[in-house]
Amino acid sequence: MTAPRWLLPLAGGGALIVLLPLVGLASRVPWSDWWPLVTSEAALTALSLSLRTASAATALALVGGIPIAFVLHELPSRWRALARAVVLIPLVLPPVVGGLALLFAFGRQGLAGDMFGSAVAFTTWAVVLAQTFVALPFVVAAIDAALAARSGRLEAVAATLGASRTRVLTTITLPALVPAIATGAVLAFARALGEFGATLTFAGSLEGVTRTAPLLIYLTRETDPGAAAALSLVLVLVAIIGVTVAYRPAKAVS
Amino acid sequence: MTGTHPTWRVPAASAGAVACAAILAGLAGADRPRDPGTTVTIYAASSLQGVAEELAEEFESSHDDVTVVMSYGGSSTLAAQIIEGAPANLFLSADDVQAERVADQLGGTTSTPFASNSLTIAVPIGNPAGVRKLADLTDDALVVALCSPDVPCGRLSDQLASTAGLRLAPDTEELSVADVLAKVSSGQADAGLVYLTDIARTPGVEQVVVEGTEAVATSYVAVELRPGDGTANAFVDLLASPVGRQVLGDAGFSPP
Repeated sequence: MTAPRWLLPLAGGGALIVLLPLVGLASRVPWSDWWPLVTSEAALTALSLSLRTASAATALALVGGIPIAFVLHELPSRWRALARAVVLIPLVLPPVVGGLALLFAFGRQGLAGDMFGSAVAFTTWAVVLAQTFVALPFVVAAIDAALAARSGRLEAVAATLGASRTRVLTTITLPALVPAIATGAVLAFARALGEFGATLTFAGSLEGVTRTAPLLIYLTRETDPGAAAALSLVLVLVAIIGVTVAYRPAKAVS
Repeated sequence: MTGTHPTWRVPAASAGAVACAAILAGLAGADRPRDPGTTVTIYAASSLQGVAEELAEEFESSHDDVTVVMSYGGSSTLAAQIIEGAPANLFLSADDVQAERVADQLGGTTSTPFASNSLTIAVPIGNPAGVRKLADLTDDALVVALCSPDVPCGRLSDQLASTAGLRLAPDTEELSVADVLAKVSSGQADAGLVYLTDIARTPGVEQVVVEGTEAVATSYVAVELRPGDGTANAFVDLLASPVGRQVLGDAGFSPP
């Protein structure tokens, strides 16, 4: 595809909106202290907590999200649009609203509070729950799109040859979906890593338990903006590397 | 993601461009600054919200040509914004450290302490965990929310605990006193340390009265940010006047 020339200035303007803030962030990083700042005990604790919780949230989002995408695909089309909108709600919800919703569901006074509200409150699991809530739609959306692009011919052939549904799923459909699953997982991980609003509202903020890197950045910003910028840069780098390596927009496959 | 290429036609594109231009023009128009001579912009700590609103009304009624514009936030957040060049005339800080930080960075400012505030224990209505005294907040079985020691209310909580010879056991160290109040009023936490003045203005929480907490107090400081700013100076005079003292006292603040 050859794009018309007049797109160029618009692209430049759009890119500037994204790039200038990143440059601004980099301009505030105290470079001589960068390494000591990002390897300080508080920073390492928060980064390690963020990596662990985001990994757990990604795993949960895959375990829940892949089956949701399959079920969506099987629904009659008039219900599918509505069901898809409900599942994708966390994508468009302000995170603080997500946090409140989680609080009213899984908080100590929430709907499911008697079951495990007290067990989850202010623990690392509360962070994982908040991150899974915001990350799950990315998995569903990626696999939903890939499933819609498949003709289902191979599956039909396998079924006529006597393969069970589980066998068709594990030997044909899932292997074909690997790129979409990888894309969904990377986006889910990146979203979980950046989660702030729902975590703050629902999980609290305690070093080593619930204070993830974004929460530490927000807290540090008050007293030491340079340290906050240094730590922010780490998250920017992790995001760029992760998305570059693993994100491939889904292609049409048969 | 079917791989078909979009075919755009010029009329549609130019209609889009016109719409974008119209939206941008609308946004720009909404942001036109007011006449600077008649406006005093005050950055005030969140805990002052009700008080500051009342005093601003009082100030406007006695100064016909003046409009007071208020902006609220955590003292450290506001201090950072002012140092970055936010267009404020007056900074009402809930913390002398942040007031000093602004004065040091800007120079030529005038600082006046105008009130003080102390901490108290907030619990959800009905006090379900039966909190009675400060020492209860050392109990691991209780879910306790405090401010992080990096923010003013957390520094004050630390002082209060060490004065009482206690080692508090927080389950969460929140980023602002508003976050502590939210955790207590929602019942997520059994108790939290908040400012005395927060109790009356926050639904869903009640106070556990404990002796001796007023001995550890934070000083509220008014910082006039521009030398020779008569309007800001007049507002600071109002804070120290009998009317100002009355409004502050009614909200639970103590004299400086």
